[in-house]
Amino acid sequence: MSYLAWEIRITLISIFAVLAVSNCLLFLKMRYSSGSDDTLIRHRLRTWWALAGLFSLALFVSPNGGLVFFGFISFFALKEFLSMSPTRRADRRVLFYAYLSVIPQYYFAATDNYQMFLVFIPVIMFAWLPTRMWMIGQSDGFQKAAATLLWALMITVYSLSHTAYLLTIPLGKYTPEGTSDVLSLAEQYPGPGLLIFLIIMAETNDIFQYLSGKPFGKKQVSPKIAPGKTYAGLIGGITLTTCLAGFVGPLISPMDLAHSVFAGLMIACMGFAGELCICALKRDLKITNFGATLPGHGGVLDRVGNLIFTAPLFFHFIHYCYHQ
Amino acid sequence: MNQILRIAFFALIVRPLMMIVLGTNVRRDELLPSSGPAIIVANHNSHLDVFALMNVLGLKRLPSVRPVAAADYFMTRRLRRWFATRIVGIIPIDRSKIRREKGKHPLDPISEVLQKDGIVLLFPEGTRGEPEKMDEFQSGVAHIARRHPEIPITPVFMHGLGKALPKGEALLVPFFCDMFVGQPLDSQLKKRELMKQLSVSMDELAAELPTEAWD
Repeated sequence: MSYLAWEIRITLISIFAVLAVSNCLLFLKMRYSSGSDDTLIRHRLRTWWALAGLFSLALFVSPNGGLVFFGFISFFALKEFLSMSPTRRADRRVLFYAYLSVIPQYYFAATDNYQMFLVFIPVIMFAWLPTRMWMIGQSDGFQKAAATLLWALMITVYSLSHTAYLLTIPLGKYTPEGTSDVLSLAEQYPGPGLLIFLIIMAETNDIFQYLSGKPFGKKQVSPKIAPGKTYAGLIGGITLTTCLAGFVGPLISPMDLAHSVFAGLMIACMGFAGELCICALKRDLKITNFGATLPGHGGVLDRVGNLIFTAPLFFHFIHYCYHQ
Repeated sequence: MNQILRIAFFALIVRPLMMIVLGTNVRRDELLPSSGPAIIVANHNSHLDVFALMNVLGLKRLPSVRPVAAADYFMTRRLRRWFATRIVGIIPIDRSKIRREKGKHPLDPISEVLQKDGIVLLFPEGTRGEPEKMDEFQSGVAHIARRHPEIPITPVFMHGLGKALPKGEALLVPFFCDMFVGQPLDSQLKKRELMKQLSVSMDELAAELPTEAWD
C-alpha cells in the first residue's frame, strides 16, 4: 500500500483526466478545423503526459521518489543554465562543485534538516565557490563568473529544492507521537498534498493566463521582455488560479479556505514574476529557450520558471503557519 | 569490431551518459545521412565528440558508423587499442607518416569502408587542439571526396564538449552539447573550393551559437 491518501490519488487521477480531455479536444480540433499547425501543442501535451506520469510514479513509490524527481529537475535546470550562460574555462572545477551541491541540498530536504537546508547554499556554497574561484588565480571576469554561478545555484538548486522539502516537512499538529493510528493518511503525510497544490497552481496559472490572454489581451505587461504576456491574461490568470486554489486547497492540503486563497494569489503573482525573470534572462542570453529536453516546452528551465519564486515563498508560508 | 559489445556499450553506457550527465541539442538532425555510404565532418573539441555524434546517429546506424582516428594515438597502448578498434570501431590513420607504401594509398582503409556502405566520421582539424577553438581543416577530406565524388559530405558543428572534457583533463563536468547539422557539401568540387565551402559552412553553423565565451 502506498502512503498516498485517497484525496491525493483522486487529484492525481483527475490530472490525467484533464490531460485526456485536452487530448480529445485537440483531436477534435485537428479533425474539424484544418489549417492551423498544432505540432507545438501536440508535443507540449505529450510532454505533459510524460511529466505527470513520471511525477505520479515517483510520488507513488515514496516521498523519496518525489525528492529524486525534483533533484533531477534541479540538476537539469542547472546544466541548462550553465551551458547557455558564458562561463570561464578556468572555472570547470568550481562548476563541478556547483553540480555536486544538488546532492546535499536534497539530502537535507529528505532528512528534514531545516537549518542545514536553509544555510547550505546561501551560506556555505556562497563562501566556498568564490573561494575556490580565487584559488584558481584568474581575476579576469571574476565578478561576472561569481555572480552568474551563485544566481544559477540560487534559482535552480536552492529555490527548486523547496518543492522537495514540502514532501517531508513535519507539520506540528499532524505528527504527534504515538497517536498516528488515529490520524488519516492525509494528516500523517501532508507533503504530497501541499506539493501537488503548488504544482497545479503554478502550472494552471500559465494555462489560465494563456486562455484569458488570447481572446481579450491587448496591452502588454512588458513588451520588451515578454510580448505574449498581456494584462488581461495576467488578471485572468490570477483570478482563475485564486478561485481554483480556494476550491482545491482545503480538499488536498491542511490549509483552510482563507490560507488556500492567499496561497493561490501568491503563487499566481509570483509565478508570473518568476517566469518573466526567466524570459528576461533568455532575451539577455539571446536564446529562445533553454534546450529541447521537454519537446514542446523547450528546456526544463523554461518549464520551472514559475516555481523559482513560488516554491520558497509557499514553503515558508506553510512553515510559518503550520509548523510547530 | 565486436558488434554485440559495441551495441551494448552504446546503449547502456553512452546513451545514459549523453541523456543524463551531458545532453545534446541537435538542430536539423534530418540532414544527417540516413544510411551509408556517407561522410560526416565535424570540428573536434573533446574525446566525447565521437560518442555524442554516434549517439545522435542512433543504434540503427551504429553498425555502419566508423570514425577515422589517429593511429599514432589510439593504436599505442593495448587497452586503448582494443577499445578503439573493437568498441568504437575506428579506422586508424597514421598522422605522422602519411605516404604511399607499396602501392597502397593511405586513404585506402576509408575507401574500403565507404565501398561497404559505411558512414565515415571525420574530424578534419586533425586534433582536439584548444577546446572550443576551431583550427584550420586538413585537406584529407578533399582527397576522399576526389576518390568518391558521389558520396555526400555532411558538416556538423559541435560546441560544448570542450567545456565538459577538454584535452588533458580527467574531470568530466556536465554541459550540454550543441550540434548544428549543415547542408551537405558539393563533393564534386575541386580541393581548394571544397575546403573553402567546408570552412564557410562551419563558420555559418558556428555563428548560430548565441553566447560569447569569457576566457
